[in-house]
Amino acid sequence: MKNDRWLLPEGIEEVLPPQAQHLEALRRTLLDRYRCWGYELVIPPLIEYLDSLLIGTADDLDLQTFKLTDQLNGRMLGVRADMTPQVARIDAHLLKRAEPTRLCYIGSVLHTRPDGFAGSRSPMQVGAELYGHSGIHSDVEIIHLMIETLGCCGIENIYMDLGHVGVYRGLVAQAGLTPQQEAELFDALQRKAKPEINTMLRTWMLAPALAEMLLALVDLNGDEVIFTTAGKILKSAQASVHMALDEMRQIALALQARVPNLDLHFDLAELRGYHYHTGVVFAAYVPGQGQAVAQGGRYDGIGKVFGNARPATGFSADLRTLLTYATPAAVTHTGIWAPASDDAQLQAAIAGLRAQGERVIVVLPGQQGDAARMGCDRQLIQSGAQWRIESV
Amino acid sequence: MNPNSLTIALSKGRIFEEALPLLKRAGIEPLENPNTSRKLILPTTEAGVNLVIIRAADVPTYVQYGAADVGVAGKDVLLEHGGEGLYEPLDLEIAQCRLMVAAPLQRGATRGRLRVATKYLNITRAYFARQGKQVEVIKLYGSMELAPLVGLADYIVDLVDTGNTLKANGLEPTEHIADISSRLVVNKASMKMKHARITQFVQHMAAAVQAKS
Repeated sequence: MKNDRWLLPEGIEEVLPPQAQHLEALRRTLLDRYRCWGYELVIPPLIEYLDSLLIGTADDLDLQTFKLTDQLNGRMLGVRADMTPQVARIDAHLLKRAEPTRLCYIGSVLHTRPDGFAGSRSPMQVGAELYGHSGIHSDVEIIHLMIETLGCCGIENIYMDLGHVGVYRGLVAQAGLTPQQEAELFDALQRKAKPEINTMLRTWMLAPALAEMLLALVDLNGDEVIFTTAGKILKSAQASVHMALDEMRQIALALQARVPNLDLHFDLAELRGYHYHTGVVFAAYVPGQGQAVAQGGRYDGIGKVFGNARPATGFSADLRTLLTYATPAAVTHTGIWAPASDDAQLQAAIAGLRAQGERVIVVLPGQQGDAARMGCDRQLIQSGAQWRIESV
Repeated sequence: MNPNSLTIALSKGRIFEEALPLLKRAGIEPLENPNTSRKLILPTTEAGVNLVIIRAADVPTYVQYGAADVGVAGKDVLLEHGGEGLYEPLDLEIAQCRLMVAAPLQRGATRGRLRVATKYLNITRAYFARQGKQVEVIKLYGSMELAPLVGLADYIVDLVDTGNTLKANGLEPTEHIADISSRLVVNKASMKMKHARITQFVQHMAAAVQAKS
């Protein structure tokens, strides 16, 4: 006799009361907030052809995607593991606007492997993307909206980490590294593995000035002071590196003007989504969580495969993760306990109360539990032909 | 969160013995003797700084998920773990040894697929794959040297220090995979949120390594 039928697959979660109510409240709050910022909601499909789902992304998304065959035509389908490429497709191919387009989305995605510690395979991805504008103003808007998203969830004390893929990319181009070397160095840089980087740069026999600049990236993290240090150390770097640094600094200044007391941290070696991003990258951290709770960056040109290369910047987060850090609104169990009766006056009273948004629970004949057990603090009592509300 | 607090993950044994003098130079000493204490969290002479004593293979997990801010882990453990989601900014140059392939002194020609006994599944698979060899990897938890003697495996992949255990069991090292030493590993979020404290600690440890050599 199998008695583990109730087990869910690993990393697949369901949400029970009262968390489900909190999650839904949060979902509504966020979508309302995005609307106030001018972001239009899109609802991409849960499943689509694999070749459009995996555009412009690295191999890891391919690995993360559940696949199946379309019985209608034998083509390969993927269950979305990330909604960003879908939203990019909508912007580039379906909306085809010349103006800046602001889109937001929320929905479940599936991952073949759990990310991280006791990780979920069914995150609820929420995010916003801004297409059609290149320049720091759209990046600042997106980062600001990401901070506000966390604020809506009651997540304070965030640490914002800012990086720029242009710094590393510029130095790599200047050093003339092969793609293989670039990938090896990238891997070591993500681990800030200074001893390994040292060995690599020595074996590749790079010009000392360039090797010194690449190695310096490991330590170029911290507060604004790093811009002064970077200015000195990366002095002989090509122009694109300095443009990237300048962009970061301008974004930081604009953010500080909009969000006072923001804890900003800069890291020139932080290159999350390096294959995908083309400009500034950012992530928000909270105390007690080893991984970022929300992240994003600029990824220009992603619409190219759909015939419309547009500048793009955006962020996303997992609503379930946000919920675990959110300060939940206090749940007040209010409700009105109503007797089971066909009395027209009673039915009218119940309908009226429900129309006002009251929670009215009608007694089921012979049921267990009283008003208090059913979470009601008041009840409907008949007095003459009228029905009055009395506290329990 | 106290931006000055620091939790350091260490494993018992050789790494612990050799890390203590470095920590001492950085101004951190445990208040209790870890060899006699049964506590798993040891307070130190510096307020807010605690040592947690765990299994060597668990150090990357503790640090990656923020249960400890920093830790000391062997490069062998990091290679096996993959090292993703961790910073490893400093080579502490302690617990040095080599990761090697070893085989019996007297060995016949193996027929069919090579069997390799190890506790380093990922490293072993990747190492032989790079050489274009498909091998059968057998996971063991200890006493690797026994496996070829009893016919469980043709080769072993293990850490070699002096090579005496190999010799005593009629084995010899055949191929060098990597030089191993212990690394200081840092949690990514701690690096950002406790930036000043962690940077200072890494610098102190770097100075301690310098002073020793």
